[in-house]
Amino acid sequence: MIHSVDLYSKNRIIKVVNILTTGEEMTKYNKSEAELEAIFQQKIDSEQKIEPKDWMPEAYRKNLIRQMSQHAHSEIIGMQPEGNFITRAPSLRRKTVLLSKVQDEGGHGLYLYSATETLGIERSELISALQSGQAKYASIFNYPAQTWGDMGAIGWLVDGAAIVNQVSLQRTSYGPYARGMIRICKEESFHQRQGYVIMMELAKGTPAQKQMAQDSLNRFYWPSLMMFGPHDSESAHSAKSMKWKIKRETNDDLRQKFIDQTAPQIAYLGLEHPDKDLVWNEEKGQHDSGEIDWEEFYAVINGNGHSNRQRIQHHVKAHEEGAWVRDAMSEYKQKKLQRKINAETAA
Amino acid sequence: MSLEKLELFEVFLRSKRGLDHKHAGSLHAEDKEQALEYARDVYTRRSEGVSIWVVRSNDICASQEDDSDSFFDPSDDKPYRHATYYDIPKEVGTM
Repeated sequence: MIHSVDLYSKNRIIKVVNILTTGEEMTKYNKSEAELEAIFQQKIDSEQKIEPKDWMPEAYRKNLIRQMSQHAHSEIIGMQPEGNFITRAPSLRRKTVLLSKVQDEGGHGLYLYSATETLGIERSELISALQSGQAKYASIFNYPAQTWGDMGAIGWLVDGAAIVNQVSLQRTSYGPYARGMIRICKEESFHQRQGYVIMMELAKGTPAQKQMAQDSLNRFYWPSLMMFGPHDSESAHSAKSMKWKIKRETNDDLRQKFIDQTAPQIAYLGLEHPDKDLVWNEEKGQHDSGEIDWEEFYAVINGNGHSNRQRIQHHVKAHEEGAWVRDAMSEYKQKKLQRKINAETAA
Repeated sequence: MSLEKLELFEVFLRSKRGLDHKHAGSLHAEDKEQALEYARDVYTRRSEGVSIWVVRSNDICASQEDDSDSFFDPSDDKPYRHATYYDIPKEVGTM
């Protein structure tokens, strides 16, 4: 008996379930939902990945679509603050590096959208949720990039924080997401390093350049910490996500890793640490740190950051202005098809 | 039934959950359902896979090995896309 799941169809009716795995699974489509859920949780508990054709609880699927599409949107919206500096980069070498980084982000968005689509949702639905404000993206991108120093701080801190999160997500329970993260992490290392090199150059430069580096650090340090989300006690999605191993480490644990790895990097640059309460706690083997301004966090998330409206407006504009390219592609496909038909009838 | 009339399929195996499907080989079959059964019988005789994909060979669009120089050369002169292009001091940890 051969079965396949019609996962990609619009109505998402599960016709029958994949076999060719174990004898037990061959008949699992005859099981009740409770039994299916037990098998699902057992896979999760024994560190097996969930793959697109597996049965999964609707809430798991929804939770993943929310998180993965938010991640994809962040990559795409994240192109804007840096894209703004491509024409302003101070040398040809820096221009090519920055352009290359922004192109990478576009590619990462593509990997993530495609992985999200394996859950049976269409790209157009994801895009319209972003444009209507129903879907979120990392609120860090609602902060404007004002100076060349910000290109350094964004690569170093923003991509650095993203890497801490993404390294953890390489072990997420959904196969396509985990594999996407592995690919993205490989590419992401360049992003952080090029950012840190910009910071090193500025920090070693003239007093004005050093001041520019300090200013960028000051403005991007706290928002980078906010990228890990609210405290575990306040996080709406954490508990379920941990049980399903969509998230592998909590917001606070990941944030702590980032604080600890960033402290010596700030010291090496010879810059002042923006957190005046930061002290090494010998007993815990980690830094104690000051409290984040959560009012600012929620204000930006709820649409009142400096650039929220501009980011979405720009996305809508770019999407609309690109419509002719998509139309031309579809027109060209029709034309080629017609040519082929004409050639065949002639022959 | 002659062998020539059968279609060629490419077989991809996922050896373990969480890993990518990898190309394992090809086979001839009447249709995709049969190809999947054959692939199971031939390519997973020793539990080599937990999942199989079969794809009609004709449906695979592939780059040409002979053209690969000009096809891939846009990335040859862009060493700055690699992390190792950037010298990071040891003191600041891995990045």
